[in-house]
Amino acid sequence: MLDVLNTTTVEKRNLAPRDSRKTIGTVNVPNPRMVCRNVNVYYGDKQAIRNVTIDIGCNEVLSMIGPSGCGKSTFLRCLNRMNDTIDNCRVEGDIIFEGNDIYDPSIDVVPLRAQVGMVFQKPNPFPKSIYENIAWAPKIHGIVESKSDADEIVETSLVKAGLWEEVKDRLDQPGTGLSGGQQQRLCIARAIAVSPEVILMDEPCSALDPIATAKIEDLIEELRSHYTIAIVTHSMQQAARVSQRTAFFHLGDLIEVGKTDDVFTKPLHQLTEDYITGRYG
Amino acid sequence: MNNSSTKNGSRNAGRTIDIVNKGLKRRYRKEKRFRLYGILSIAASAAFLAFLLTSIVMNGYSAFLQTCIRLDVPIEAGMIDESNPKRSDFQGIIKSAIREYYPDVTERREKRELYSLFSSGAAYQLRNNVLDNPPEAGATLSLWVLADDDVDMLMKGHMKRDVPESERRLNDRQLRWIEKLENDDRIEKRFNTTFFTSGDSREPELAGIWGAVRGSFYTMLVTLALSFPIGIAAAVYLEEFAPKNLATDFIEVNINNLAAVPSIVFGLLGLAVFLNFFGMPRSTPLVGGIVLMLMTLPTIIIASRAALKAVPPSIREAALGVGSSKLQVVSSHVLPLALPGMLTGTIIGMAQALGETAPLLMIGMVAFIVDIPGGFTDPAAVMPVQIYLWADSPERAFVEKTSAAIMVLLGFLIAMNALAVVMRKKFERRW
Amino acid sequence: MSPLLLLLLLLVLSVAGYIMGQQKALGLARKTGGTRNLHSLPVYYGALTALWCCLPAFFMFLFWIAFEQSIITGLMAADLPEEALALPAARLNVLINDIQSLAGGNIVSGEVTPLMQKAASHYLSLKGIGQMITSVIVLVAAVTGMLLVHGRIRPDMRARNQVENAFMGLLVVCSTIAIFTTIGIVLSILYEAVRFFQQIPVTDFLFGLEWSPQMAIREDQVGSSGAFGAVPVFVGTILISAIAMFVAAPVGLLSAIYLSEYADRRLRAVAKPLLEILAGIPTVVYGFFAALVVAPLIRNSGAQIGLDVSSESALAAGLVMGIMIIPFVSSLSDDVINAVPQSLRDGAYSVGATRSETIKHVLVPAALPGIVGGLLLAVSRAIGETMIVVMAAGLSANMTANPLQAVTTVTVQIVTLLVGDQEFDSPKTLAAFALGLVLFIGTLFLNIIALTVVRKYRERYE
Repeated sequence: MLDVLNTTTVEKRNLAPRDSRKTIGTVNVPNPRMVCRNVNVYYGDKQAIRNVTIDIGCNEVLSMIGPSGCGKSTFLRCLNRMNDTIDNCRVEGDIIFEGNDIYDPSIDVVPLRAQVGMVFQKPNPFPKSIYENIAWAPKIHGIVESKSDADEIVETSLVKAGLWEEVKDRLDQPGTGLSGGQQQRLCIARAIAVSPEVILMDEPCSALDPIATAKIEDLIEELRSHYTIAIVTHSMQQAARVSQRTAFFHLGDLIEVGKTDDVFTKPLHQLTEDYITGRYG
Repeated sequence: MNNSSTKNGSRNAGRTIDIVNKGLKRRYRKEKRFRLYGILSIAASAAFLAFLLTSIVMNGYSAFLQTCIRLDVPIEAGMIDESNPKRSDFQGIIKSAIREYYPDVTERREKRELYSLFSSGAAYQLRNNVLDNPPEAGATLSLWVLADDDVDMLMKGHMKRDVPESERRLNDRQLRWIEKLENDDRIEKRFNTTFFTSGDSREPELAGIWGAVRGSFYTMLVTLALSFPIGIAAAVYLEEFAPKNLATDFIEVNINNLAAVPSIVFGLLGLAVFLNFFGMPRSTPLVGGIVLMLMTLPTIIIASRAALKAVPPSIREAALGVGSSKLQVVSSHVLPLALPGMLTGTIIGMAQALGETAPLLMIGMVAFIVDIPGGFTDPAAVMPVQIYLWADSPERAFVEKTSAAIMVLLGFLIAMNALAVVMRKKFERRW
Repeated sequence: MSPLLLLLLLLVLSVAGYIMGQQKALGLARKTGGTRNLHSLPVYYGALTALWCCLPAFFMFLFWIAFEQSIITGLMAADLPEEALALPAARLNVLINDIQSLAGGNIVSGEVTPLMQKAASHYLSLKGIGQMITSVIVLVAAVTGMLLVHGRIRPDMRARNQVENAFMGLLVVCSTIAIFTTIGIVLSILYEAVRFFQQIPVTDFLFGLEWSPQMAIREDQVGSSGAFGAVPVFVGTILISAIAMFVAAPVGLLSAIYLSEYADRRLRAVAKPLLEILAGIPTVVYGFFAALVVAPLIRNSGAQIGLDVSSESALAAGLVMGIMIIPFVSSLSDDVINAVPQSLRDGAYSVGATRSETIKHVLVPAALPGIVGGLLLAVSRAIGETMIVVMAAGLSANMTANPLQAVTTVTVQIVTLLVGDQEFDSPKTLAAFALGLVLFIGTLFLNIIALTVVRKYRERYE
């Protein structure tokens, strides 16, 4: 990875100036899963996201990088309306999923979130058994009716999350008793148990050690064949390893978006280059 | 919503979302029902509060008025003892004045019934009047004297005139006499100053709350004088100086537990230790105040510790950094910043103590005390105990007195809590 | 000299001592060339002098205040004439009480005899002598302490450290008052309860099914005829507390949940003070309300549907007690629910749970230990609540689970046994302490479990 980063400085290209706030790169993809157009987010009077326009393609991993406070997590939380739980948060613009604007008043967040799942920075398993952690959501949605349905969903979800072998003998033990990495994979299993189309991941590895991180990264690579994944990460290496496309956010603006290889090797914006070469905080 | 769901790779997606959508209606019904339970719970509390307050006010507001009768009292020569006016037979003067107004009442039993329409306090009123400005012989004083509580209840409509004679405390004859007063405009409801100026009495129309207010005042003074300094000292020690060890843990457990010990247990402590062991005087604000101090101390300590915790450590470090001793840091930097919070906690603790009854019953503060207490060692009643005593009295007129006393007590409590809220608002500081 | 005057004088002396100490320190400083040559600032020399002036004297004063009554009464009783001393103990006690009331200018129970007159004036003179001696001792102690320190002030005297040590000592003493209170409670209740159990076996008390302490009032039958089986009292307490919790637990919990999870700021701004008002109403007011309004209401509506409801039904007292406890439950649950981290809510919302599903399946289970702890504290509160039951529940110790009948509780019995004329050493009076012991142990048990559970719970999410 290091040599990739080094090559960027060698090549001399025409970069967009630092003070340009317009998004450059390839915003659109053919056959998008989610389409975001001119998204603005405000916390009270403060604007946290400005005019973000981006597509998220099918079965791709889109990573979002940028310095702390750049709005990447806020943007991610817009995609399944998790920001609704924050009192003074207001979202403008269009986020189209399955042909509808998810912020349309007629849209119900409950089925939306069943389709757009989320994994959080800190593993947050429910204070229930491992089994219940996964079976709960399908149960409340009415997806499972019998015990055998539930057993099947629990097993397939855990298998997909790569946790089955480790926990199959202690499904009745509390999910909070697992190690951090296992907890995070349990949360992923929980998210995929309701068969979502999109999984949002908000720095899923920041609380984990390198071995657990590697496992999660492998998992993301596998999950890509079934789901669309948007991941916010602090680690550029991680973004480079797991994602096909990368978006760089800076102070509420989407600065640059493009194929991951291009963004890391041939950034188009001065700010992007500063960030990936470590010249920026 | 699912036009594109078949195009992508995730299997079952169409099916899943259909199931989810199908169940939504049922789930939202449950959601609504749950919300309703929540609203109903809050509404129930609100309704109860409204019910309680209105029934207290409806029962009690009439106690602020008192039925009075205008009586013409002719003063004849010899009625007032010239050498010592205090020793005149005022009761007799009142009775003769009553007889004069009702000349046709002659039989002894009837006379007794007639006299009973007037309060026994009428003689005191006359006495005070005569002593203040001695009348000349032959003059006629026109006095508004207190009516008996039965008359009062009748005038306030708590006693119905149209029920059978045997079911009311005033008989038909007495009603006719009252009607005569009404026809002559000699009976009316006037502001009840007695209620606010006198102590307890067996006669409802003479009973007042002032003795209890004074008793509460002295008791609270003792409680405040003891619990505030001790509470703050304990909080400062535990929060700022105490080492973390088994002893301080034990103190902490003790304080938290004492805050949850039933108040009557403190009364038992007071009875056994202060009255029986130390032989302190019963029924006095001194002992009551000490018992209430022990009871409120945990509240004050806990609130004061919270106030100290809210002072950021940086301030302590800054002061230590310029070479102050630990005690100087606390007394000149931390304490002033935490004081508003401590005061708020103390006011709330005092409000609790002001409304407390049970432990005071144990140390004999239920005695019937007519005199208004003048000090910490005079027998006294406090407001809640006065309420309890009146609530136990059989006379109908004490119901309104009780409710009125409750209004006075609640007035004090609201004032104290409002003060606490204002202080919290005023000194609230975010670090 | 009256105690108040004495205290004032002590205060004046302390101020004088403060000024003297400070002045002397300043004088020393001037002689040796500035305050920097002193070990401490001059104020500390002043404070030290003042402390030595007031502290020892004050403790002597307290000691006298605490024992004055018993010492003087003892002296007076010893000087009573032979014929009075020959009286039986109970009559002698009454006589001494009467003499004291006579001396205090209060109403006396019987006729005033010359003997009592004489004893009363003797009592008053003893009291006067006692006060005089105290005043002299206290003032001498104050002045001695002051002069002693004043004479020893030197530039190298470590005044600040001494003053600080004295203050630290004071702080420690203040913070141990909680321990002494607990010890006082335990010892005083235990002492009287043990005397009770010497007359009535513990097993009879704890497992006996009949409670009628009033019978023991006749002196020739002491201990033999009164029935002290407390089970009916316990049953009544549990019944009323159960009714109260039946009201308070769901209503308080649901209010807390609604306020913290659903309500907007406007509703919260109205509902929270409302609950605080409910919490601030004195229990005697609830008791009056229960007896005056709620009990007749229940009885009348019972009569409407043909039920025979006692006018002192457990239902009325329990219902009103439940309402009293609602704010207690709701504020404790509110704390506990707010302590559940937002991440758990996020987790539930992110898989598409509705609010009520999140609350019912995630928040409440997560907060359960805390909620249970809070409910236990509420139960302890219900068991120890006195005024509502004294005013609205009955005295008859029925053993029943029927909420429409009258039952009695531990606190009601304590109050009835101890209020009014007491004869000490009779099992009737001592029984109150035995009940108090049970009450204290029971609530202590609940409180300690509850506080431990709540603390564990807090630590889990901190």
